[in-house]
Amino acid sequence: MNSSARERIAIRPEPGTDLSPAERAAVLDAVAAHRDSQGALLPVLHAIQERLAWVPSRAVPLIAFELNLSRAEVHGVLSFYHYFRQAQPGREVIHLCRAEACQAVGAAALEVHARRRLGVELHGCSADGRYTLEPVYCLGNCACGPSIMIGTDVHARVTPARFDELTAQGAAAGGSAPGRAAPAAPGGGEP
Amino acid sequence: MTTQATTITVYVPRDTTALALGAEQVAQALSAAAARLGRPLRMVRNGSRGAFWLEPLVEVLTPAGRIAYGPVQATDVPGLVAAGLFDGGAHPLRHGEAGSIPYLRDQERLTCARAGVIDPLDLDDYRAHGGYAGLRAALPLAAVEIVAAVTAAGLRGRGGAAFPTGIKWRTVLETPAPQKYIVCNADEGDSGTFSDRLLMESDPFCLIEGMSIAALGVGATRGYIYLRCEYPRAREILTAALRTAYAAGLLGADLMGSGRRFDLELRLGAGAYICGEETSLLESLEGKRGQVRYKPPLPAVSGLFGAPTVINNVITFASVPVIFERGAAYYRDFGVGRSRGSLPIQLAGNVARGGLVEKAFGVTLRELLYDYGGGTLTGRPIRAVQVGGPLGAYWPVSKFDTPLDYEAFALAGGMLGHGGIVVFDDSVDLAAQARYAMEFCALESCGKCTPCRIGSTRGVEVIDRWRAGDQPARQESLLRDLCHTLTHGSLCALGGLTPYPVLSAIDYFPEDFARAAAAAAAGS
Repeated sequence: MNSSARERIAIRPEPGTDLSPAERAAVLDAVAAHRDSQGALLPVLHAIQERLAWVPSRAVPLIAFELNLSRAEVHGVLSFYHYFRQAQPGREVIHLCRAEACQAVGAAALEVHARRRLGVELHGCSADGRYTLEPVYCLGNCACGPSIMIGTDVHARVTPARFDELTAQGAAAGGSAPGRAAPAAPGGGEP
Repeated sequence: MTTQATTITVYVPRDTTALALGAEQVAQALSAAAARLGRPLRMVRNGSRGAFWLEPLVEVLTPAGRIAYGPVQATDVPGLVAAGLFDGGAHPLRHGEAGSIPYLRDQERLTCARAGVIDPLDLDDYRAHGGYAGLRAALPLAAVEIVAAVTAAGLRGRGGAAFPTGIKWRTVLETPAPQKYIVCNADEGDSGTFSDRLLMESDPFCLIEGMSIAALGVGATRGYIYLRCEYPRAREILTAALRTAYAAGLLGADLMGSGRRFDLELRLGAGAYICGEETSLLESLEGKRGQVRYKPPLPAVSGLFGAPTVINNVITFASVPVIFERGAAYYRDFGVGRSRGSLPIQLAGNVARGGLVEKAFGVTLRELLYDYGGGTLTGRPIRAVQVGGPLGAYWPVSKFDTPLDYEAFALAGGMLGHGGIVVFDDSVDLAAQARYAMEFCALESCGKCTPCRIGSTRGVEVIDRWRAGDQPARQESLLRDLCHTLTHGSLCALGGLTPYPVLSAIDYFPEDFARAAAAAAAGS
């Protein structure tokens, strides 16, 4: 591993040439927007993920090069935080709250239902590439759980029936749009 | 009707919970209904007053005050409008003047006084309700006087640790440095807590004002709000509020015309619970993994980028303006013992009337759970409550007369934390909750110290063996021993306090462990 990584650097003095133009632009724009702020790495990773929906591992060398950090530092941060994603997600990400306040009103049953309905485990992406299901530990909607967040919209008092309704709406809105292939590697985490 | 031509003012909250319950659809339905009737409508998107069980809570301005209706769904709107909602007409969902709803009327709102009342992004509305009176009062004061006022008010850190705020500020003030920082911990990760979110979404200028006063008090010129990324609505509102404050000269090079500089920036967390721990938050702000630092040095001496740093919770900062607006004595005269002022308490989980209840310290759990909360949502008896987030103890009914007071809670073997109360009915399995506490610690451990990183995983395994009926007595003693190690050997509160929910579950609800073990034995 180590030696091949070394060779890569030698062969390719300019990191990031293996990124697609869109990915490369996302990284460079993120760096340009935050380069002068102190502790820029998290804002940069956020900006990249906001644009691409994930942070491809192969972007790490370019981020490191641009911010004058080691690749280990960038990889360390990227992999530490639950929110950053190194695998391409489905078209929509559903965050399902697993924390105590939601547990008290049936979050565990909702989780079982959601996994069965989408045919995924937590962190996984549905076979049609539509939804990625992520656990989240509190959305701050604790008086009206169980809570889920689809995209950036929080939904309260989500029963299994309401979950089906919400995901069916999603399907009606953007579901059958042709031309968007399912992600190559569905989700990270457990199979 | 004589009101035909006058503009109707309607308030529809844009707070996360109200939106999650359909407030946006309600707002659209109201606009459409007013248009159909040809009545000019001014819609104010206020924050939430915190009575979440009534959200979406629609208010209509009438000569008799702001008449409230709730909970309103979009499908209720035609009926409400037909009943004369725009003129405050009678309807089963009508509650009269919003402030007179008993749940809200009997609160002691010092910190969250403006929540739900004002348009969170309207600076004039903020000023009209006492906003920036605190900063104006603080501007002519010397730094030591500002710190002395906060000390005299008896304000303690509302994030959970309850450290006296004045002492923290004094340490920063007395540490000479070319650059000092003010950092707001808005990484409200505890389940069952939402007061930070509510305050930021309902009254963001209050937080900005509190941080500005802190900056004057310690001589800092830069600040950061570290907001968890799970709060997209709070992010939107804070971003807009910061822009407005800069444009109005309330941030930047010339704070309120005083010639003093204070720059404030919003930063986002990335889903790590541990970043609510102050040193890990500072690491994260520096662009690193959110790993806990050894203390000393305290952040007040060597914090962000090695500079003296005030790091406080949202509610702590937001409690500062009122201390300067009304005086330290006014604030101090609320509360009991060494817990002065008020605490925004959050009723969450399986509770009939969930929401934010700000009361002076000293109110009992029983009053909160039954008088305010109205018991469980399911109508079954309350069996347990967890106070203080995922690291708080599970308490049985016998402890419900404990007053909310930092010392009284500690004495009773619990902790008040950030004031979140999660209610469970009699269907809860405390052995499962204990297991979850260990599981959560394992998931969120930063990995720096062994008791937390390894102990939490071992804890899950031991509880699993116990519940499976594998030598229960042996597993219990092993688990207690493990908890002792976590309590005394962990670097920070995550590992150090995870034993609270675990041990309290064993001590107060042993039957849940025994039942699981017996069932497993019978099944095998």
